[in-house]
Amino acid sequence: MEEKNSVGIVKPSIFKCSSPIKLACGKTLDSYELIYETYGKLNKKKNNAILVCHALSGNHHLAGRYSTKDKHPGWWDNLIGPGKPLDTRKFFVIGINNLGGSHGSTGPRSINPKTKKVWGSKFPIVTVKDWVETQKTLLSELGIDRLAAVVGGSLGGMQSLQWSIQYPDKIDHSIIIAAAPNLTAQNIAFNEVARQSIITDPDFSNGDYYQENKIPKRGLRIARMLGHITYLSNDVMGTKFGRKTKNKDYQYNFNTEFDIESYLNYQGDKFANEFDANTYIRMTKALDYFDPAKGNPENLSRVFKNAKADFLVISFASDWRFSPDRSKEIVKGLLDNSLKVSYAELSAVSGHDAFLMNDDHYHGIIRSYCKKIYAQL
Amino acid sequence: MKKISQTNRYDFNVIENWVRPNAKVLDLGCGDGLLLNHLKNKKNILGFGIEKDKDNWLVSLKNGVDVIQMDLESGLAGFEDNSFDTVILSRTIQSMHNIQSIISEMQRVGQEIIVTFPNFGYWRNRLQIIKGGMPVSKELPYSWFDTPNIHLCTISDFDNFCATHKVAVIEKHIMTDQKAVNFYPNLFGALALYKLVKK
Repeated sequence: MEEKNSVGIVKPSIFKCSSPIKLACGKTLDSYELIYETYGKLNKKKNNAILVCHALSGNHHLAGRYSTKDKHPGWWDNLIGPGKPLDTRKFFVIGINNLGGSHGSTGPRSINPKTKKVWGSKFPIVTVKDWVETQKTLLSELGIDRLAAVVGGSLGGMQSLQWSIQYPDKIDHSIIIAAAPNLTAQNIAFNEVARQSIITDPDFSNGDYYQENKIPKRGLRIARMLGHITYLSNDVMGTKFGRKTKNKDYQYNFNTEFDIESYLNYQGDKFANEFDANTYIRMTKALDYFDPAKGNPENLSRVFKNAKADFLVISFASDWRFSPDRSKEIVKGLLDNSLKVSYAELSAVSGHDAFLMNDDHYHGIIRSYCKKIYAQL
Repeated sequence: MKKISQTNRYDFNVIENWVRPNAKVLDLGCGDGLLLNHLKNKKNILGFGIEKDKDNWLVSLKNGVDVIQMDLESGLAGFEDNSFDTVILSRTIQSMHNIQSIISEMQRVGQEIIVTFPNFGYWRNRLQIIKGGMPVSKELPYSWFDTPNIHLCTISDFDNFCATHKVAVIEKHIMTDQKAVNFYPNLFGALALYKLVKK
């Protein structure tokens, strides 16, 4: 049976770019590949394209399934599809696995064409700016000169912001959800703990674990568990897990006992089997380095001086990792430049992860905003 | 919550005449956003609304207004001094806790400010009180136990407030239904509109 409002069965494509890219870190990649998916149709005027950028552990698979037996749809399937808030009957939606990713784009797990060996530890650090550059290159290849919108949550929201200042003439709308103009010290601290847990895993082998057929699973598990703690609010954890235990009586040992422990262990295991450690530590670095205002909030006004897009900024009251105050800094920078901006602060209780949730009001906002974008095409 | 969509917003035309063409306008408590829409159509303004209530916020967005969700009670942090030509507080002041602070914030952010409010001294309100009950009317559509209005005032109250709080009145328009009221406005006026600047 066909799934309601689903984009259906999808297939990724590969873009091979043979022109070199000079990265922010100073190194150059002579060629690279990006894996991507598209949904809906590009219209004749080629002005209905929306790029959806993924967050730390996301990928290009936004919506739909790979087969009828595929258990899990794309990560933003609740938002993207025919008749859904980001309506694929109206828009041509594109998801790209970022450079350095581990889902099919060139990354640490790929072969370095120069050495014919796996990149591993030698793969350069990539930044949000580099991603925007490579995304732009891929879009040009697809015949898209201008985007109706760039949408993203968390690290994806940072890419949306970066698009508005890096290519102000190529983007009509920027939707920035649960993001920040840069990371706080606390955020960088969490990232460093995650990195250290991976780097100090003996199976990490300084990043060259592929050759040894090892995976630093212990490090990845801990990194992911830590991440999950920070993506949820205390309240939602309390409601979901509380002090519930597997057994009626305490066991007085170190086996998994509390429900929250088994949740974190499950998430950690799942992630360690799917995600590449070298990619993870690089993605966290991209987060840490993102700072268009170079540390000075006053500069945010200057950052947006050349921006031309209209903006929708959304934050969640219970998100303590990227708090509403951080989104308000973005809004202030936009207002200082008389840029058109709408800002919503949602009362959702689930914390940072709320940007992925299926909530009527939240989706109503995106639906209404997308209607406005469509009306302007 | 402010009531959505009052269809006969006859006060829009008065406000329109007080706003310069192409002005940058901030509407505090913009409700459904129709005032900003009106000003955009008539005066080509660059308008922003502020709205706390999530349902009103969404209606504003749907009406094509750029709207910031925040609570006015915490001031206008995030808005630079003199960054707007006109800041409007339309039919909202009576529901605010700290009147002095919002007026001074409006003066900080806007060159000119416009305040409108239902006149509690209107004879129909007085009559209802004489009869023994709290007024319920088109301008004050709430029962006493379910009203957001905590700072109702009369025209003469507001005049006194301006005189004692460094606020200069440059224009004043009192109206009932669609008509201007010049004869005993504090008694015969249902709605008061003020254009103000810092003294």
